[in-house]
Amino acid sequence: MSEMKVNPIDSSAVPQSIRDEDQNHLHEIEKYQKAKQKWEDDLKKSKDRGGYYYSVSSSPIDILGLPETPPKHFLEKIGFPGQYPYTRGIHPNMYRGKLWTMRQFSGFGTPEETNERYHYLLQNGQTGLSVAFDLPTLMGRDSDDPWSTGEVGKCGVAVSSLRDMEVLMHGIDQGNVTTSMTINSPSFILWAFYIAAGEKKGTHRSQMGGTLQNDILKEFIAQKEFIFPVRPSIKLVVDTIEFATKEMPKWNSISISGYHIREAGSTAAQELAFTLADGFAYIEAALDRGLDIDDFAPRLSHFFNSHIDFFEEIAKFRAARRIYARIMREEYHAKKERSWMLRFHTQTAGCSLTAQQPENNIVRTAFEALAAVLGGTQSLHTNSMDETLALPSEKAVTIALRTQQIIAHEIGVAHTIDPLGGSWYVEQLTDKIEAEAYEYFRKIKELGGNRGFLPGVIAGIESGFFQREIAQAAYLHQQELDRKDRIIVGVNDYVDPDEKIDIPILKITEEAELRQKEILKKLRSERDNRKVEQCLAQLKESCENNTNVMYPVLECAHAMVTLGEMMNVMKSVYGEYIEDSVF
Amino acid sequence: MERKIRILIAKPGLDGHDRGAKVMAAACRDAGMEVIYTGLRQTPEMIVNAAIQEDVDIVALSILSGAHMTLFPAVLKLMKEKGLNDVLLTGGGIIPEEDMKALEALGVGKLFGPGTNTQEAIEYMKNWVSKHRTYKVV
Repeated sequence: MSEMKVNPIDSSAVPQSIRDEDQNHLHEIEKYQKAKQKWEDDLKKSKDRGGYYYSVSSSPIDILGLPETPPKHFLEKIGFPGQYPYTRGIHPNMYRGKLWTMRQFSGFGTPEETNERYHYLLQNGQTGLSVAFDLPTLMGRDSDDPWSTGEVGKCGVAVSSLRDMEVLMHGIDQGNVTTSMTINSPSFILWAFYIAAGEKKGTHRSQMGGTLQNDILKEFIAQKEFIFPVRPSIKLVVDTIEFATKEMPKWNSISISGYHIREAGSTAAQELAFTLADGFAYIEAALDRGLDIDDFAPRLSHFFNSHIDFFEEIAKFRAARRIYARIMREEYHAKKERSWMLRFHTQTAGCSLTAQQPENNIVRTAFEALAAVLGGTQSLHTNSMDETLALPSEKAVTIALRTQQIIAHEIGVAHTIDPLGGSWYVEQLTDKIEAEAYEYFRKIKELGGNRGFLPGVIAGIESGFFQREIAQAAYLHQQELDRKDRIIVGVNDYVDPDEKIDIPILKITEEAELRQKEILKKLRSERDNRKVEQCLAQLKESCENNTNVMYPVLECAHAMVTLGEMMNVMKSVYGEYIEDSVF
Repeated sequence: MERKIRILIAKPGLDGHDRGAKVMAAACRDAGMEVIYTGLRQTPEMIVNAAIQEDVDIVALSILSGAHMTLFPAVLKLMKEKGLNDVLLTGGGIIPEEDMKALEALGVGKLFGPGTNTQEAIEYMKNWVSKHRTYKVV
């Protein structure tokens, strides 16, 4: 290499590397201008909800804050709302197009009681339903099963048959309201009950919109409401993805959930990494079935926790969108933009609430809800102040819903997009959480012999990897509290020694159990039991032959076969999962 | 005679929320106890049988599903039937105060709600054992 001759007047004397950088930067600015133009064009094409976008001082609110000159890698890392990699949000106008859906999870006692609560919530401005089922239902057991004793209607509503679902949805237009159902192991059965109930009212299944939680992997990892072993459980999830893809275009077949992973004690990065890994595992399983990624990916949704650490949560939501978009596009080669977009529901953190001085929970929930909105959530559940004690009372539920309405309409944050984007701290934190997630991905894939996420996640579950990571994080957190390194107001500091907790608590009586048992007894004696046997035989055959179970399950639903009856037949084919307990 | 405190931590019923049970298991282990954790979905019979086989001083149930008024009495009744009169039945979870009182009146030990310092629960259990057992706790 010859020695460079320096002549200060000659511009060619500027070292090549700097000239390249300048050239690159010019190129970047050009790309930035183009992307900006595209965003502006998209914005013009987007529908506005017609809100009043003025501050309390009557000054117009800017829809988006932008840097004077874009920093390096702006488009790759941050970009514009509605554009890959969606760090700033999935829509060009975000909440100016549509506010997030305010969806309060509820259900208790009998279907009759819960139906009444749904009508109350809809009248009070809630925009979607969210069904909480009781523990026996979640575990695929009827209300009259011996294991159900004492649990019927306690943490949700009891639904053992199509009859119960019809009562639950009575007077509700299933073609108009969207319904989210928190159900996992027996998800396909409860979904069939819902579809059948709607169809009996004349709504075609293709018109029904909603979400099935249907995320069995996080059950093995965290919430532990598993029934069948891991592999048949995944097969059943793919059945529902396939069914939704073919028959129910408005339905989100699965809500890939980090909420429970976080509640079980994980860190923010673990929640993010394990949840996304689960999602990619389902995607690989669906691809193995022969489905086209762009046919089903647009209906996959996610569900995250919004915990108490404000900035960490916002960074987590932003990182989630970016990681998801990259992997969907670059690893799975999805082509539709809709397939790259991570849409998510958020619930504020139940585990951040305190039994002591419960009114303070209103404040905690408000901060957590704010983080979810600043993080760009598509729908939100805000917890009620009394949820560490029991199911929420009506007043507590109303305050929780009002909290969302205050965020939406009073404090101005919904009028501008990703206001923390470009903050040095938040961008740095977003990068950091993203890097931690990728490190977990590496470990997870390695556990499965580097053959992708699906074998990695299965191996991670069966070896107890996820469970151990979470248990360790939970124990560390408890030790911080015990040592008072971390302060929780009213619990380990600022304690009120004379406190008497006197907020009204919703009591579930044993009556629900008795009523449900009676109804089931009547149902079993009045239905056509020969038809029931036929339908169950068909279901068993489907399981044995590895065909999609949704069709025989729908037949069973219409014949008033109960949840427990279907599950028992399926257990006889698939067996049951037993967990190795690690702590 | 000297021995470590032996504790059975159990999750009865259908409830799968095991964060509290696992945290307490780790805390008791680190406090020098011998911990047997049953894992999930145990019937009262399975729990009491395990308590007998493992010769424990304490049975601790973790219940967050609201079924505590069914499950605690069921375990207590079986413990009495099997002659486990000198074994403490305690536990924790989402249990309203009036239910805690009602269960205590039946003969269940102190119950611990959300926000409990693990050391407080451990101290309670250690005190109970040193009062009711003749061996020296190590």
